[in-house]
Amino acid sequence: MRHVAPSSEKEASGPYLKLDNVSKSFGKFRALTGVALAIERGELVTFLGPSGCGKTTLLRIIAGLESQDTGTIIQGGKDISRLPAIKRDYGIVFQSYALFPNLTIFDNVAYGLVNRRKGMDEIRRRVAELLKLIGLPDSGEKYPGQLSGGQQQRIALARALATSPGLLLLDEPLSALDALERVRLRGEIRALQQRLGVTTVLVTHDQEEALSMADRIVVMNQGHIEQVGTPREIYETPATPFAADFIGKVNVLAAVAEGGGRFRAGGITLTVARPDLAAGTAARIYLRPEDVAVHANGAAAAGAPNALPATVTKVEFLGAFCMVGIAIAAADVPALVANVPRHAVDAGGLDPGAAVTISISPSALRVLG
Amino acid sequence: MSTPAASLPLPPAGTAVKPLLHWQDRLAQGLLVVCCAALALFLLGPLFMILVKSVQNREGTFVGLLQFQEYLATPRLRQSIWNTLWVALIVTGITIPLAFTFAYALTRSCMPGRSMFRVIGLTPILAPSLLSAISFIQWFGNQGMLKGLLGGTTVYGPVGIVISSIYATFPHALMIVLTALLLSDGRLYEAAESLGTRTWRKFFTITLPGAKYGLVSAAMVVFSYTVSDFGIPKVIGGNFNVLAVDIFKQVIGQQNFNKGAVVSLILLFPVLVAFIVDWTMQGKQQSQFSARAVPYAPKPKAWFDSVMFAYCLVVALLLLAVLGMAIYTSFIKLWPYDKSFSLRHYTFGLIDAGVIGSFFNSLKMAFASALFGTTFIFGCAYLLEKTRGMPGTRAMIRLLAAIPMGVPGMVLGLGYILFFNHPDNPLNGLYHTLTILVLSTMVHYYTSSHLTAVTALKALDAEFESVSASLKVPFYKTFHRVTVPVCLPAILDIGRYLFVNAMVTISAVVFLYAPDTQLAAVAILNLDEAGEIGPAAAMATLIVSASTVVCLLYALVTRVLLTRTQAWRAPAPAV
Repeated sequence: MRHVAPSSEKEASGPYLKLDNVSKSFGKFRALTGVALAIERGELVTFLGPSGCGKTTLLRIIAGLESQDTGTIIQGGKDISRLPAIKRDYGIVFQSYALFPNLTIFDNVAYGLVNRRKGMDEIRRRVAELLKLIGLPDSGEKYPGQLSGGQQQRIALARALATSPGLLLLDEPLSALDALERVRLRGEIRALQQRLGVTTVLVTHDQEEALSMADRIVVMNQGHIEQVGTPREIYETPATPFAADFIGKVNVLAAVAEGGGRFRAGGITLTVARPDLAAGTAARIYLRPEDVAVHANGAAAAGAPNALPATVTKVEFLGAFCMVGIAIAAADVPALVANVPRHAVDAGGLDPGAAVTISISPSALRVLG
Repeated sequence: MSTPAASLPLPPAGTAVKPLLHWQDRLAQGLLVVCCAALALFLLGPLFMILVKSVQNREGTFVGLLQFQEYLATPRLRQSIWNTLWVALIVTGITIPLAFTFAYALTRSCMPGRSMFRVIGLTPILAPSLLSAISFIQWFGNQGMLKGLLGGTTVYGPVGIVISSIYATFPHALMIVLTALLLSDGRLYEAAESLGTRTWRKFFTITLPGAKYGLVSAAMVVFSYTVSDFGIPKVIGGNFNVLAVDIFKQVIGQQNFNKGAVVSLILLFPVLVAFIVDWTMQGKQQSQFSARAVPYAPKPKAWFDSVMFAYCLVVALLLLAVLGMAIYTSFIKLWPYDKSFSLRHYTFGLIDAGVIGSFFNSLKMAFASALFGTTFIFGCAYLLEKTRGMPGTRAMIRLLAAIPMGVPGMVLGLGYILFFNHPDNPLNGLYHTLTILVLSTMVHYYTSSHLTAVTALKALDAEFESVSASLKVPFYKTFHRVTVPVCLPAILDIGRYLFVNAMVTISAVVFLYAPDTQLAAVAILNLDEAGEIGPAAAMATLIVSASTVVCLLYALVTRVLLTRTQAWRAPAPAV
């Protein structure tokens, strides 16, 4: 099945959806401040951030369910900034599913088709096609209340896709589901989206969801965009302290540049790959727990970069990995957390109190102002 | 490559975006304005006229508060303020404990016959308040069977008003207290039990605080009802003056509308105070009952269940004795001299006397109120809750919808005369028509109906309208395909409520009827005035029968509806 986006005929050059300088206040609360963003055709972009960061407001503005105070929105080359929701081209799925409880699954999926004065045969064909697509081909006669949460959310997705919209908006679609169903549906939605090639915006507060599904992630905080990038870029090279802190776990060290790529943090000196700040500049160094290499004493740590003597303070078993607390044998350095595979913990005898050497690759250290 | 955010919080330059309105948005907003205007016209207009008249003399000159001074200088009139208040306080003080114990028995005991007791406890709602007055006259009046029990005190006066009002207000208090007690959280009792808490302590630390808001609300409703009620003191009050009867005397007896307006405002005052107390308390109540609460399930306790059963039995028998006496009176020749069965009060007293027409007027009026009232009230609540824009108009409608609860029927009725009988009002053709009776009834019972509608609408998923818009389906289509079917139980409930109240209402309409639009409850009043107790009882019986039929019909339709829509209303556990 091919997804036919109405606007795909006049292949407009440039991004499919373009937001410029979008701001919105609710009374004194500034929900969004000067948001600018470009989304390419066929891309899945997630808006990721804590609650209250403005991600849902931004989605609702794109849908025309809220109106922005200032700013423009261009979709498929057309300025839709002032258009009412009913005149815009999108399908939407909400966290609550919002299926009509008194209508059958068939009628729910056909809801938008009936209004377009299509023939009954055509509607039936289209609904059957969609139900097959979402893996619930025989559910047409049932009512939403008779399906599980995950099944209901698939129906909501089918209903949103029924009219072949150019843009699919997903507002925390998986948050009401249990953990297993969430992971399963996550994969299904992504596969479906790639198959149909429909430009999609997904709002979520779940970083794992964002990392696993998105082509690009928009990290939002307090009404503005912190960073836009692929999942790897966001994780490996966070652009702001907030982005580093919000996605994944991170160690933070306060440091002062000494020049030549060297930084002094309390009683230790670290070498970083980049950037090279002028000597005397204060900075913060961010370090992922899995980038802290822990060597049992006696193991060959000689020649490793940023090698430091340390002691294991505690070991927290998390399944495949263990969180290992590390106290560096120097003054004024905060305790670090390292992520060590279970087998390495066993092999190295990393019990609390064990003396170890840690080393850190210079390229794993991220310096932010 | 990562793209850091270009700018951190800086007020963006740019011109304000004015969203375009779709014609459907305009339609919804236009309808909302119409609703607001209608409420203002039929509620604020009349109330405003009362304010105007109260500061004018009969010639229409502004006299300030002179009329209030005159009123308060008359000892007999001053007396009725005091009379009204202490009678209402006594009625409240007796009805609330009675209803609370009854509701407590229904919710916290395992006694047999609970649903039957519940139905009997609510029966007085089907009867006009006049019925209890007539019935108590039959029991305790000059020829009463139990006259001796009063020990020389006459029933015509405060005693009669108090007992009749207790009967009439009992079901209203019962409903509110029942709801409050049903909303208790069973987990609290389990926690208390695991701590070894004694029964009385559980009652005072869990049950009573949990029902506190319900009790306050019930007390305010009973107090307002008694203060505002006109039928009971008119029939059984004798020479005992109360405010509601004073208004009637000023307006109908002396044709002094200005004095009537003054008394109206004085009557409005305590009711408004009660209303504001209740409203403030309800505002505090929010989030008392969490979504995870578990309903309380009582366990059988022989002695407690027996005591509760005995209590409910006594109350139920008393309630049935009141209703029964009225019905009995309508079927016998002449109380207490000739107790043989006869239909002459119906045939002779109502049909041949030409009074029966008022019963059909009442039916017509009640059907029209239910039909148009439900349509308007639910439609307005829908527009209020589910469409967007115009926050000012919305706030105004919310306020207007809340006001009728705090306005006694007599006050509303007088306002309607003053407003619609005004020669300069282009709508004065409405005066004395059935239409104005329907309108005043809709407005009089607006608040409860509105709250029922809003509660039902708020229970719907908030995104139905957003989904419809994304699918390009007009809002009115979703209204009739989804909103109305899902809310049908609440819609029927509003219809029944309006019908039953329209059948029994008297206070607002007593000023508004014409000879050919006389209503059944008003006919009872006039028959009683003429000493025709038998036909009056017959008319009351007809009203009770009609309301009973409608309630049974409602129960039947609701049950059929719930069975037919069970597939989606009570879904089987998801697989």
